[in-house]
Amino acid sequence: MTYTQLTIIGVLSVVALDLYVFKTQILRRKVFWASYSIVIFFQLVTNGILTGFGIVEYDGKAIIGSSTPPDSPPAFIGNGRLVFAPIEDLLFGFCLVVLTLILWVWLGRVGVQREPMSGPPRKSIERFVGSK
Amino acid sequence: MSKFAYLSVLLACLVGTAWLEYFLRTKVYRRTIRLVLTVIPVVLAFSIWDAYAIAHGHWKFDPRYVSGITTVANIPLDEILFFIVIPICSILSFEAVRSARNWQAGDEGKK
Repeated sequence: MTYTQLTIIGVLSVVALDLYVFKTQILRRKVFWASYSIVIFFQLVTNGILTGFGIVEYDGKAIIGSSTPPDSPPAFIGNGRLVFAPIEDLLFGFCLVVLTLILWVWLGRVGVQREPMSGPPRKSIERFVGSK
Repeated sequence: MSKFAYLSVLLACLVGTAWLEYFLRTKVYRRTIRLVLTVIPVVLAFSIWDAYAIAHGHWKFDPRYVSGITTVANIPLDEILFFIVIPICSILSFEAVRSARNWQAGDEGKK
């Protein structure tokens, strides 16, 4: 199978795990989508470093775009890439983050260290995070 | 750039999220057992994916930029650490948003 196909299977699997197997339903929650949008921004930055400098290189046969060129960075955007990384990496990252949070929330549900709950923010940063 | 390139990115991820534990009181590292039990299955699942991808040439690592320490199935140690560090950062972000916004995540239990 190609990387593209595996990411699609991966996404379908974590969605099924969240909604039907663990029934954590994090994909229906604001807290997930708000934190995921922060994570995806930093994913683009850090993954851009890993792929732009060629620390990790991809084979064009496995992805929508072409292979990482031997002596130069891949396209910043376009040719199946976004910030140097194959767009498949976004789905791979989604699977990694969602599987993690399913397990984290599920463990809390069944009573594994539900406490201490997070928060509240410290007074010193309340005005930056706009706590309520 | 050096053998520590990949590891430096991971270290930056840990350092960049560490303040959340203090300032937003995420209490993620403090819930160590829950954190470890979350990360173990993630490392297993993604190591299998990684092993498949490496075996089939989906991706490879420039030996100049990784530690050079290889674990099972040709997976670089750097990758295993990635599957530990990124989940930690994700949970910290999740709990930070929760701390700042008081949104429910479904594990609150009945109060």
